[in-house]
Amino acid sequence: MSSGNDLTSQQISPPLVQMKGIVKRFPGVLANDNVDFELQRGEIHALLGENGAGKSTLMNILAGLYRPDAGAILVNGRPVHFSSPRDAIRAGIGMVHQHFMLVPSQTVTENILLGLDEPRFLLNLKKYDQVIEDLGERFGLKVDPRAKVWQLSVGEQQRVEILKMLYRGAQVLVMDEPTAVLAPLEIEGLFTTLRAMVAEGKSVIFISHKLQEVMEISDRVTVLRRGKVTASGIPTEQVTREELARLMVGRDVIFQLDKQPQPPGELILQVDDLHAENDKGIPALRGVSLNVRCNEIVGIAGVAGNGQRELAQVLTGLRKCTGGSIRFKGEIINDKSPRCSIDLGMAHVPEDRTHVGSSPNLSITDNAIMKKYHREPISRGWMLDMPAASQFAQELKRAYDIIAPNVDTPARLLSGGNLQRLILAREISGEPSLIIAMQPTRGLDVGAIEGVHRLLLAQRSAGAGILLISEELDELLSLSDRVYVLYEGKIMGEVTISNGSDSSELVEKIGLMMTGTPLEQINEGIAG
Amino acid sequence: MTEIASSPPTRVRGFPYRIRIEPRITQPPRWYPLAVSLGAIVVSLLIGGVILSLAGGNPVATYAHIARASFGDAGVFSDTMVKAIPLILIGLACSVAFRMGLWNIGAEGQFFLGAFGASAVILTPILPPDTSPWIFIPVMMLVGMAAGAIWGFVPGLLKAKLNVNEIITTLMMNYIAIRLVDYFIYAKWSESGFQMSPMFPRSAWLPRLSDFAEQVPAFRGLTTHLGLVFGLVAAVIVYLILYRSRMGYEIRLIGDNPRAAEYAGLNITRNTVLVMMISGALAGLAGMSEITGVVHRLQGSISPGYGFTGIIIAWLAKLNPFAVIIVSILFGALILAGRQIQPSGIPKMIQGIILVCLIASDFLLRYQIRIVRRGEEA
Amino acid sequence: MDLTIVLQAGVATGTVLLFATIGEIFAERAGILNLGVEGMMLIGAMSAFSTTVATGNPWLGLLVAMLAAGLISQIHAFITVTLQADQVVSGLALTFLGTGISLVLGEGLSKAGTISLLPKFSIPLLSHIPLIGPIFFTEQSVLVYVGYLMVPLAWYYINHTRPGMHLRAVGEYPAAADALGINVFFLRYFYVFVGGLLAGLAGATISLAISPGWFSELTTAGQGWIAIGLVIFAQWDPLRAAFGSYIFGALRRLILDIQGPTVILGFSNPFFYNPYLGFFLEMVPYAFTILVLVIGSREALRKRLGAPAALGTPYIRGERGL
Repeated sequence: MSSGNDLTSQQISPPLVQMKGIVKRFPGVLANDNVDFELQRGEIHALLGENGAGKSTLMNILAGLYRPDAGAILVNGRPVHFSSPRDAIRAGIGMVHQHFMLVPSQTVTENILLGLDEPRFLLNLKKYDQVIEDLGERFGLKVDPRAKVWQLSVGEQQRVEILKMLYRGAQVLVMDEPTAVLAPLEIEGLFTTLRAMVAEGKSVIFISHKLQEVMEISDRVTVLRRGKVTASGIPTEQVTREELARLMVGRDVIFQLDKQPQPPGELILQVDDLHAENDKGIPALRGVSLNVRCNEIVGIAGVAGNGQRELAQVLTGLRKCTGGSIRFKGEIINDKSPRCSIDLGMAHVPEDRTHVGSSPNLSITDNAIMKKYHREPISRGWMLDMPAASQFAQELKRAYDIIAPNVDTPARLLSGGNLQRLILAREISGEPSLIIAMQPTRGLDVGAIEGVHRLLLAQRSAGAGILLISEELDELLSLSDRVYVLYEGKIMGEVTISNGSDSSELVEKIGLMMTGTPLEQINEGIAG
Repeated sequence: MTEIASSPPTRVRGFPYRIRIEPRITQPPRWYPLAVSLGAIVVSLLIGGVILSLAGGNPVATYAHIARASFGDAGVFSDTMVKAIPLILIGLACSVAFRMGLWNIGAEGQFFLGAFGASAVILTPILPPDTSPWIFIPVMMLVGMAAGAIWGFVPGLLKAKLNVNEIITTLMMNYIAIRLVDYFIYAKWSESGFQMSPMFPRSAWLPRLSDFAEQVPAFRGLTTHLGLVFGLVAAVIVYLILYRSRMGYEIRLIGDNPRAAEYAGLNITRNTVLVMMISGALAGLAGMSEITGVVHRLQGSISPGYGFTGIIIAWLAKLNPFAVIIVSILFGALILAGRQIQPSGIPKMIQGIILVCLIASDFLLRYQIRIVRRGEEA
Repeated sequence: MDLTIVLQAGVATGTVLLFATIGEIFAERAGILNLGVEGMMLIGAMSAFSTTVATGNPWLGLLVAMLAAGLISQIHAFITVTLQADQVVSGLALTFLGTGISLVLGEGLSKAGTISLLPKFSIPLLSHIPLIGPIFFTEQSVLVYVGYLMVPLAWYYINHTRPGMHLRAVGEYPAAADALGINVFFLRYFYVFVGGLLAGLAGATISLAISPGWFSELTTAGQGWIAIGLVIFAQWDPLRAAFGSYIFGALRRLILDIQGPTVILGFSNPFFYNPYLGFFLEMVPYAFTILVLVIGSREALRKRLGAPAALGTPYIRGERGL
């Protein structure tokens, strides 16, 4: 068993940051339950836990965004009270959020200067452009200060966030899930940057739920589970991946799912040379071709922002394509309405379950019938058979184990996991031939994730074809039969996952494709 | 270990309790929204009373006067109902539109168009004056509703196709409608130079209770007219549409989350235009009933701001068709009695206060206020 | 019909819209939609007039008007920023409230007679510039000149100063501003107040300069709503707001003046011979507003830019407790 935190007392200097006995409640949930946390100067300390464990909450408290209900924070041995993020920044603690807090329409420099007292009144951006460029050079974070944020790539935006904190003299950088939006190569770049910063005397708190990265980058690890600390400040080299997983989840985690080999059936979705633009009018899909058969799960890998969202939207009829064709069950469906593909048997589990996949103030019943209210038996002529709708919702609730007081409860009162179960239940109950699932397990805890995976595999056996778009490579590798990699709107290549595949070689190939190397080049490289 | 500092000190030191405002996670009991609405009305009456006394009036006497002048006896109660009829229809019109997130502020203009359309049947003329009422009235209803529907169609189409802000377009259409009707009143259809049209033939009047005074003596002098039936039937129809029909489901879904509606395959454009037309038709019907049931001619002063009061009624009734009926009666009383009160801006001011209190009270439905002992786990 | 006179008067009329529009631009740039402009303008007009009647000092009337409207705007700010209620309904309520209160407190004002107005003057050198001079710089109320100054100042403030940068951030992405220590709530209250001040100024401009007097609701005749439409046409930019306001002002004057002469451009003037056609003329500003909105909306669709991103959405932060 891993040791406790007594080893850290071997260091003579007092901890840079100490959090003691932190308690934080939100309505209905105890997010932090008497949490202790300690950061030494010059270390990279990982805060590990699954979604909903309370890591972000704890760090939001440290960064001054939330106030704790109880407990104390000490910086350099002195107690501090942060009533706003400004106080935390003044104390030298800066947070780089998972969802960037950048104003898209303003420039890099403006974003970095935001909220500061300098310049006093008149904006003399040119002077500051230079200062920021120099700062970027010093830490190896190259970005054009004059660019507007919406023009930058995700990796560049992250650099702006880091510069924002460095400019304010942050000594402690809290990084919240920083690799979620990066390709494997960019992750390496980030790790190099972090090590450089530590060399310059900074300290880093690294929030993550990814064991592999935590093992690679951190000096020490603190593990949170359901709001409590299960391991505090363990030196990373003294612990194994399995131990960490157990500390994170509380039971042995199965790293492999039980996936039966299935011979793929007939062709259900055929996409040829698809082109589409994003909201800004910039091409997002540049000639995508792929296909999906029955009885198989096809994964789309890629870092967020390379066209996945537009792909899902075009396939489901929520966005017009500018070229190419989509054939579903042999019929051309591009530029047809979503209603058309729904009626043909296409299900869509959207990325955003609260703002797209459900209607928050309508009841569970109303949400359940969203895709079939216009057909028998729910619809009768102009009227709706509400008792029939209610009964249908009850059945779904029972069969998919959706926890709620009753089917009249508004959807907004459901937890994330239950809402996703409702959405899946609704989509699957239509016995779809094709399921387009985008980020289906985002923000769910391990139990819920397992449930979703099982459902998808069950549908695969039942004859459906599934297009799984996900940023979690592990998920794609364990579920998919084939994986396409999407990069800047183009398919870089396709790999087949069979039981005998060497997973590390696959990960390497996919990783290279995710950063823009087409498969042919990779294969040539390996051969030559 | 050193001592653990307590939570950051708040303003009042030593006070053992703290106020926490947190979002509701469970549904409040069913009677709660109603209680909140009632509370809002009470508070607004109090505030109105304060302003009244500041302006030199006597609030208690004023309110008592209002109550007597509107519910005192059968006669005035009937007059209250007459005022309530257009409010019910317009309240329903606004409820339907608001349900879908469409801000129809143009009920006033649609009301005028409805009156205009109904008048056109007689004054153009579309039907000869000796037509039987069995034909006159349905035709006037249809034309009035159609005219209102057209007036709703234009902003609806602009919103659906070009995302033009419907608040401003419907409002502008109000101003245009009033001038359009004014033109016809002053110029084309003017009765010998007066600012009104000729009186409608008797067979084009909506029957009133007092028409049956021979059979039922108690009905003598009661001015309540057939429009009340229109209003009640409309309320039932609106209820059925919203909660039992396919279209109603679509309206509710689009109103709650347009992105989800789009994802589910609904045709938002078509629904936008349709709902604006329905809303306009209901308001147009209100105009028709006011013309044919009360004044029996087209004149300028047929609306003391029904179109705007209807908005408040819809909100006060939380968009529920049956609650609209009850609230309309209350506001009908306010308008009726308000005509005798000086200054004349008071009813409008009270309406404003009520709306402000109502919106503020909405906060209580989404959040709960709890008082917790400091240091205790809440 | 002297076109120069029409345009000169049009500039004056347009100043009313200019103040209201710029005020609303500030509020909306901070992310708060305030539909109560009409009500605030009426309060401004009424209090300006009644204060001047009571004290004989139009400058005092101006000050009171601005403060009164600013004060009432804070009700809207409280409801939308702190209580996070729906901004559309709150704005409508503010209109009712403002209209109602101004009618109640302004009772009897219409019989108050004439008052001393704010000074009118010409600017010496500039009024001699051919074409532009007689229109913009000759015999205009002091408020018109204030308007000229306000446009570039507002533009500069929003785009080239630090507080202006914060204003834009609050309206675009309040969470980012908040995380960096900018007080989003305070700034929103503040800019709603600014909007109220300017709406009050607009109302005072009517009753103390352009059309002196108090005419109940007819005093503003819907100009508050036109101003809201102009904000969209202006794409939230003070320079375009000026352009739109002056054009509208000229239009309104034209409509009045066109009914005068017996002959226009060689043809007999239909509006002179049939005064009832004046009703259709009166529709023009409102129809024009719709047109202007359509243009503005299409442009927003095309450019994929447009409103401040957080406009109309209440900013809700992670729960903190009081």
